[in-house]
Amino acid sequence: MIALLTRDLKLAIRAGGGFGLGLAFFLIVVILVPFSVGPESGLLSDIAPGVLWLGALLACLLSLDRILALDWEDGTLDLMATSPLPLEGVVTIKALAHWLTTGLPLVIAAPLFGLLLNLPQAGYPWLVLSLAIGTPALSVVGTFGAALTVGLKRGGLLLSLLVLPLYVPTLIFGAELARRGADGQATTTPMLMLAGITFGVIALLPFASALVLRVNLR
Amino acid sequence: MTLTVSDLTVSRGGIAVLEGVSFELAPGRALILRGPNGIGKTTLLRTVAGLQPAVSGTVTAPEESIAYAAHSDGLKAMLSVEENLRFWAQVFGQSNIDTAVQAFDLTDLLERPAGTLSAGQKRRLGLARLLVTGRAIWILDEPTVSLDAHSVARFADAVRRHLADGGSTLIATHIDLGLDGDELDVGPFKASGSRPDPNGFDESFL
Repeated sequence: MIALLTRDLKLAIRAGGGFGLGLAFFLIVVILVPFSVGPESGLLSDIAPGVLWLGALLACLLSLDRILALDWEDGTLDLMATSPLPLEGVVTIKALAHWLTTGLPLVIAAPLFGLLLNLPQAGYPWLVLSLAIGTPALSVVGTFGAALTVGLKRGGLLLSLLVLPLYVPTLIFGAELARRGADGQATTTPMLMLAGITFGVIALLPFASALVLRVNLR
Repeated sequence: MTLTVSDLTVSRGGIAVLEGVSFELAPGRALILRGPNGIGKTTLLRTVAGLQPAVSGTVTAPEESIAYAAHSDGLKAMLSVEENLRFWAQVFGQSNIDTAVQAFDLTDLLERPAGTLSAGQKRRLGLARLLVTGRAIWILDEPTVSLDAHSVARFADAVRRHLADGGSTLIATHIDLGLDGDELDVGPFKASGSRPDPNGFDESFL
């Protein structure tokens, strides 16, 4: 499993796209927002938590179809399915590798992007915290979507359509946590809900992903 | 480490292609599958390897004993030959890759990224993967595609050594490897008519 994780990280770094792409996309979305809604700083700081969360979510979506598609194309998944690694473990590691290459850089870069949108000062720790709790769920749900669409030509678009609705709860509570944090309101409820969703999907979805992957490998 | 297949019916795309296939593969033996294109050799091998469920019949093999190699080698173009091999060795809980490297003459290529190898070299690397699995039963689907005569001979040697060590192998191939093994022509097992697979109904929704 550790071998698989290090291999995936190595591939992500060497093949490019992993670290850079999602982050650059996030940056561009955040830069475009003031152009579209106007540079009024009061308005920007009001919408900053929501926009940052939406940007992070879309940036995560961008690299989802690569999680399993490449391994399917070159036959690695077939060989993996006949190896001692359980497929449940494989998809969990795949999701972890995706989070490390996409989610974690977003979490780390989020304060910088918050600055661009004039996020209120009290909001920074809450923004980082909400992304840190919420983005693992995005990767795990995304891996489930990738397992569903693996092997389909042009599966990327279908994947987005399948996965985006499943991202709604994480988006609601994540953005709510960041917004309440920025406004100085009580944050316990959205934080617990967000953590609950994340832990729930981590506990359950790998089994579903492995199951649909087995069906797709037939 | 005996592989027993009894009364196996396999289907591709919801249509049964082979039915009533039975054979036994004892340690130290090779079984070579013959048959025209499209008869279902690949489907049979995938079913035996556990990648797809059988329509009926059973495949009995000791757990964690099967190594499968098919048309695609599962190589990563961005990783070197050595990294590719080491990865599979680690997945299968092995640490020694030297035997595999020597058996398929990969020593000079170790540092090269797998993406820059020729088709034949990739194939050799893909087959070297079998040696690092440490599994006893090899299931091979057209293993000699894009290999030259010299490499085919090397491959045949590797298989012979594997058999001598008490392993066994099930190979679908069109060429004569010069192996001392039994041949099984799957032609007579061709499924009669296009009897729909009982799971076929579900499949169209999946």
